Amino acid sequence: MNPLMLSNCLSTYLIIAAVLFGIGIFGLVRRQTFIGMLISSELVLSAASINFMAFNRFLAPDPTTGQIFTLFIMAIAAAEAAIALSIILAVYRNYRSIDTTDLKDLEG
Amino acid sequence: MIQTLFSADGLTTIIFLVFIATTLAGALIAVASQVLIRSVSGLALCFLGVAGIYYFLASPFLAMMQLLIYVGAICVVIIFAIMLAESDEGQRRNNPGLLAGIAASLSCAALAGGIIWLALRNGWDRVAERTNEGSVEQIGRALLTSHSMSFELISLVLLVAIIGSLVLSRSGRNRQ
Repeated sequence: MNPLMLSNCLSTYLIIAAVLFGIGIFGLVRRQTFIGMLISSELVLSAASINFMAFNRFLAPDPTTGQIFTLFIMAIAAAEAAIALSIILAVYRNYRSIDTTDLKDLEG
Repeated sequence: MIQTLFSADGLTTIIFLVFIATTLAGALIAVASQVLIRSVSGLALCFLGVAGIYYFLASPFLAMMQLLIYVGAICVVIIFAIMLAESDEGQRRNNPGLLAGIAASLSCAALAGGIIWLALRNGWDRVAERTNEGSVEQIGRALLTSHSMSFELISLVLLVAIIGSLVLSRSGRNRQ
């Protein structure tokens, strides 16, 4: 494969998206605050968006569909970030902490 | 190779590699940094690289939207939340062991490697012909004709999210 055609090849974008997804899942597992987990979930969402855009560019017969779907993902991500951050603020007001291990009122 | 590196294709490839490096470095900073504000900066860097990747995927409109919505709105909102809910993640008292970190990175590497293996093994069929170019004008037309129902629904979802986040962050605060 010609290395100069790297940006015109579907596999490149799929590999980038898979690596980004792996990093995001790693952050979801490892981070110990809610805001850190939210940041990692944004990484997972952008990996999904890159996949949609790559398939849209190379395989879709109607190239507007993938772009519109990516726009919808952005809107959903914005709504999710707003809701999650206000839940985090409510949790912080009650527990004075955003640590995931401090919320154990229901622990038996 | 050196001659071709300075041709138009070579420069394009170099810019593309810079965008990929920005994306992956930003993502690594976002998950690896212990200070939350550095994580958000890494996230903004990663979104900048993703916007460049969108540009290479023949969609400058989505690249601009990525900059406006993700870097301009979501990162700023997360920074505001960090200001309001200051955490002490820097000086952790219960640090999970090194073994758990190694296990997590190994399993996530296996996950990403499995997805890459599946993506490369599958021979994706090329499409026969495209019906349009995917320009901004055609995106707007499709958004208001064939996708108008989901367009209305997404604005409803955003409205509910705005009201819900206002209610959630209002409750529990004592009245002045």
